[in-house]
Amino acid sequence: MTVGVVMLVHNAFDRAEQVVRHWSAGGCPVVIHVDKNVKREIYDDFVKSLADLPDVLFSKRHRCEWGTWGIVAASQVASTMMLAKFPNVRHVYLASGSCLPLRPIKDLQAYLAKRPRTDFIESATTADVPWTQGGLDFERFTLRFPFSWRKNRFLFDRYVEFQRRFKKYRRVPEGIVPHMGSQWWCLTRQTLSAILEDPERKIYDTYFRRVWIPDESYFQTLVRLYSQSIESRSLTLSKFDYQGKPHIFYDDHLQLLRRSDCFVARKIWPDANRLYDNFLNEENPLKGAEPNPGKIDRIFSKAVERRTRGRAGLFMQSRLPRPGHENGFTSSPYSVFEGFSELFEDFEPWLARMTSTRVHGHLYAKDGVEFDGRQTTFSGALCDNAKLRDHHAQLFLVNLIWNTRGERQCFQFGPTDSQLVSWDLAKDPNAQISVISGAWAIPLFQSNRNFSDIRADAAELQRLESEHLNALRSPWAKARIRIWTLADFIETPMEALQTVLDEMGAKNLRRVTEAPKMADLSGFGQFLQNLKNQGMHPYLMGDFPTDDVPVNERPTRRKPYLVR
Amino acid sequence: METVDSICSHFQWCVNYKALAKLIDFAGKTGRTNLGAWTSYRLRLQRKRWHLRARRKSRELSVVKDRTDQIKPNDIFVFSTFRNEDIRLPYFFKYYRDLGVDHFFMVDNDSDDGGGDYAASQPDVSVWKANGSYRKSRFGVDWLNHLQRKYADGHWTLVVDPDEFFIYPFCDTRPIRALTDWLDASDIRSFGAMLLDMYPKGRLDAVPYTRGQDPIKIASWFDSGNYTISKNNLFYNLWIQGGPRARMFFKEEPWRAPALNKTPLVKWSKEYAYVSSTHMMLPRGLNLVYDEWGGEKASGILLHAKFLDTFGVKAQEELTRGQHYAASQEYKAYAEGIAQHPDLWCKWSEKYINWRQLEILGLMSKGNWA
Repeated sequence: MTVGVVMLVHNAFDRAEQVVRHWSAGGCPVVIHVDKNVKREIYDDFVKSLADLPDVLFSKRHRCEWGTWGIVAASQVASTMMLAKFPNVRHVYLASGSCLPLRPIKDLQAYLAKRPRTDFIESATTADVPWTQGGLDFERFTLRFPFSWRKNRFLFDRYVEFQRRFKKYRRVPEGIVPHMGSQWWCLTRQTLSAILEDPERKIYDTYFRRVWIPDESYFQTLVRLYSQSIESRSLTLSKFDYQGKPHIFYDDHLQLLRRSDCFVARKIWPDANRLYDNFLNEENPLKGAEPNPGKIDRIFSKAVERRTRGRAGLFMQSRLPRPGHENGFTSSPYSVFEGFSELFEDFEPWLARMTSTRVHGHLYAKDGVEFDGRQTTFSGALCDNAKLRDHHAQLFLVNLIWNTRGERQCFQFGPTDSQLVSWDLAKDPNAQISVISGAWAIPLFQSNRNFSDIRADAAELQRLESEHLNALRSPWAKARIRIWTLADFIETPMEALQTVLDEMGAKNLRRVTEAPKMADLSGFGQFLQNLKNQGMHPYLMGDFPTDDVPVNERPTRRKPYLVR
Repeated sequence: METVDSICSHFQWCVNYKALAKLIDFAGKTGRTNLGAWTSYRLRLQRKRWHLRARRKSRELSVVKDRTDQIKPNDIFVFSTFRNEDIRLPYFFKYYRDLGVDHFFMVDNDSDDGGGDYAASQPDVSVWKANGSYRKSRFGVDWLNHLQRKYADGHWTLVVDPDEFFIYPFCDTRPIRALTDWLDASDIRSFGAMLLDMYPKGRLDAVPYTRGQDPIKIASWFDSGNYTISKNNLFYNLWIQGGPRARMFFKEEPWRAPALNKTPLVKWSKEYAYVSSTHMMLPRGLNLVYDEWGGEKASGILLHAKFLDTFGVKAQEELTRGQHYAASQEYKAYAEGIAQHPDLWCKWSEKYINWRQLEILGLMSKGNWA
């Protein structure tokens, strides 16, 4: 008892010949089907090159176009021939010219000999698998497809739409339940002959002739009628990408293929010399192990994920998501502080000490980027030049966060800065924004300038901040946002700071013990009153008492002592 | 009145607007909003115009060495224009031969350093001499458009300068034919590769470049993450700027910084034409080498080894010739900057290791090629 190989070939004939010789040397009879699209001379040469092998036969040729009936017809004639001409064949293995046996043929024969009644064919109902392309899952069994998907996509789509619109459905023949799966199977003589000799075969053939991609459903469906035991997996390792095209294996996959313990892999790049040399010419040990394609599966599903979802927060030459399709505007969480460095004199170093994150100054300051330590360049060779930054302000932020993956970034922001990213910050779920509104007035209060200038500046800054707050409070804002008025904040500064730090998920979970030094606000109430007296109503600070505010003091904590 | 309303509502129900819109906009398959047919037609005319121009400019070309009888149906070609690059040519040929390129089409623009003769002596190189103005041939594009139209129909072509080195995913283990076969199998016609400016650490003239040497061994540093991207809504190509050139020479006018997006690898057809260097081409669908729905398409990198010790001389020469883009703005900026021997290197520069490093940094992508 042995395994017969039915091989469908349409190109790379020298490789196909190599593989046929390998199968044949392993004691497997081979029936080859060559696509009718192949030129006569090439076909003749191919036949001649294999003429010295007695157990290699060529079947009648059919025209095979992807997704059409030809491939099923080819497998049918070749299988019939196999069963008729080689009576000692028990399993028939369907392979293609670009399939490569990875394990010794003896291994495969032994494996199948141990499972004499088992059919290896991937077969699942359409409702349960998400494999399908182009939204045609069950409809591939109920619509007609006279136009080629590859050559005539436009008509293909329009005709599908037409049939849907006018509800022109076909009826599935009695007694069968459509199943789908990989087209590469390995069936027993019993099952295969039952399918091929079925009295109803004519009905099934006429039906499947108009099904879309019948090679993935014909045997997969009919096998359910006759098989005694179906193992619903393919012995051929064959992975498909998101467009339904098979992944190709190259020389650098050698170790991966070796460790996969699969019997046959598809599809191999014809010029992958190392793979062919290794698996066909070299002595490989018999293993007797179960196929284990897990690692290869992971690599290919990662590749598909990269193609369809991409890396979050990356904007590059081959990934420029439209707004809303970024799948994460930035790559990791970061914190934005507004008004903190105005209220506290040593806020940046304090924050860096407390959270051990990277703390920048005002990244969007009008006169230049204030990187951590006021460096002139920063990670990724970002430049501190304001014009370069404002040339594409959003990408500056995106780049910064992408370049510093693995390290949390914090920076200051405020109405004195360039406001180009105001909305982007608000809409980014990765942003944690803490605002002390109205804190911009403190530097004005401390400055030594003419009051009329201060008044003009204050009016402008208040307008800018209120616009920014509108963005933060809009329904589109997705950032984690906390807003205090200045008056509210200085009521209980430590509690507020603690909340912000807790939310940052800072590593030190203990309480914040050391407070940053608050600016001296005595007389600030009067300053605000003066602005009001000049007709400029500062409202973003909240209700600031006109009399002296409590002088800022570091909270003194007494050590508790016991009294007995 | 009521009947009119009911008829209207009836028709609204009947018409499948989505299908209708699709029918009308079948030229813009991707669902882009443009004035579909009219814009396409305009661009088509423009493409024809570039072809005519290429034909006219082809009169400036004269054959030096024609080995095009060697080419076979599936060969992969390199097309390049050069001027006084003799020192770079040996490594350039070696690099692309090692990748698996089968034939080189070189246009020698009035070299006087023997580079043309050297190229003509190579067994797999066809050389043309161009006497005309580099600027008036739109920086060599017209010459190459003509040669590509004549010889490259149906071939994968790579259009690169002698100082550009093409890097693609798995380039250390797979030849370029593996890539083009995969692109063919995936029905992809064009492959993007951003220009990545490489520079040495220290003064440009500190380490002299010798003939045949790998320039990336000297200029091995690059900027990893300061690139800006915007999209051209008419041609669909991206416009990428940044890198050391923007950082050092175009601080004050960042919008003037040179474009870094390129589409060098294309399965050429007679109908195609490069519009502006290899930055954009027509038909514009070829410029869609990026994904807009969050995924990553596969892409490569062109390592740009411009900044070697040879650069100072070159910049001076190009400035006096005035044959470069936008009245040689770029070279003016360089000449000013170069006079002070700037160090393009900064603390955050990355040293080039291999393509995997560029992939991790997000400068290129494997896409779904694994």
